[in-house]
Amino acid sequence: MLCLLVATAIALIAVRGLLASIMLTSVYGLLSASFFVTMDAVDVAFTEAAVGAGVSPLLLLLTVAIVGRREAASNARRLVVPLLLVTVTGALLIIGTLDMPSFGSPDAPAQTHVAPRYLQQSGDEIGIPNVVTSVLASYRAYDTLGEVLVIFTAGVAVLLALAPAGQGGSARAEPPAPEHLAPHTILQVVSKLLIPFMLLFAFYVQFHGEYGPGGGFQAGVIFASGIILYGLLYGLPTVCRVIPPPVVEVLAAVGALIYGLTGVLSLLAGKNFLDYSALAADPVTGQHIGIIAIELGVGIAVAAVIITIYYAFAGRLHTRED
Amino acid sequence: MSTLWLWASDACLLIGSFLLLTGALGFLRFPDFYARIHACGVTETLATGFVLLGLLLRSDDAMPQVKLVLILLFVLFSSPTASHALAKAAWNAGVRPRDNSGKRRVSLPHTDP
Repeated sequence: MLCLLVATAIALIAVRGLLASIMLTSVYGLLSASFFVTMDAVDVAFTEAAVGAGVSPLLLLLTVAIVGRREAASNARRLVVPLLLVTVTGALLIIGTLDMPSFGSPDAPAQTHVAPRYLQQSGDEIGIPNVVTSVLASYRAYDTLGEVLVIFTAGVAVLLALAPAGQGGSARAEPPAPEHLAPHTILQVVSKLLIPFMLLFAFYVQFHGEYGPGGGFQAGVIFASGIILYGLLYGLPTVCRVIPPPVVEVLAAVGALIYGLTGVLSLLAGKNFLDYSALAADPVTGQHIGIIAIELGVGIAVAAVIITIYYAFAGRLHTRED
Repeated sequence: MSTLWLWASDACLLIGSFLLLTGALGFLRFPDFYARIHACGVTETLATGFVLLGLLLRSDDAMPQVKLVLILLFVLFSSPTASHALAKAAWNAGVRPRDNSGKRRVSLPHTDP
């Protein structure tokens, strides 16, 4: 697996065409996902498969559709300094790993610090089977709040950078796209069959996150990929009619707000920020309610931000074609 | 009875792996784009079917079997569609079938208006 990863990375460097390197990025994402599965990190693998192999190559493809598929010829002399910098940084990173305890060693800090408490007591304190979710959503809720805000900020930044001047948001594609090619009939029929199941699966991942691998991040990405697939096959105006861009932009903020408000609610109930035991009479029930609420917030925020970014990119493509 | 199932499962897995191998070989050796897509798409669908069937015979619990059947359904839907999408994109981009050495264009029996 590692050999395949390294081979893909080298091919990624060697290949010149941007299209081919995007495909290799996707392959790399899929390989990392299977690598995470063999390391028993199924939740991470889920995210990596959805983001690394699915959504991010798609956004890169949209970018290439805008800027063209050829890499600009680079000056060989100017490459020396970056190469030196990368080599030094890489060497430092490798030296850094030498000090790390070997994988799975029982006296590693990861195994002795807080992990035993999470593993042994989360069943009593949080009461859900998937420890990853309880760590992510309850013990480490601050970190996850930070991640959601990072994603939200990324969405806002993409809007600021890509939205044409004079427009309020990502995509306001009013005129229907010129149909210069025959419609993708077979693709449309098959995707019509599959997209409902994709969205259903996203909801399953969202609300099953406490019991199995999954949660808001994965569900949001899967939901967004379903919508993006629809947009790719039926055109931007159609998907903008189904889910209007202003709604998505508001939803991105609403998702982040749900998360923050859950924290404020527990604050108002007299406990710490994001301490969900305050949300119900029984602390464990409170934890359940809190986790479901913030996972919902995460899911809405992630899905909305990814769809917003897609709208922004695709809207750029549209305005360029006209 | 169970050994019989195991043998059948082994046979399915072997056939599936062999088909995947032929697909990879065809992908490397065939002269033009459409032949390569044919090699990949056809063998991929059939081989995945065989591999999943082999795993299906091997598992004795209901839940994995249901999941495997769902995966099989998904592959049967998505794989031919993906091949079709690739071939159609290539045709729209102006890729035309070539002869066995991959040099000359093959004259098509009928051309679209």
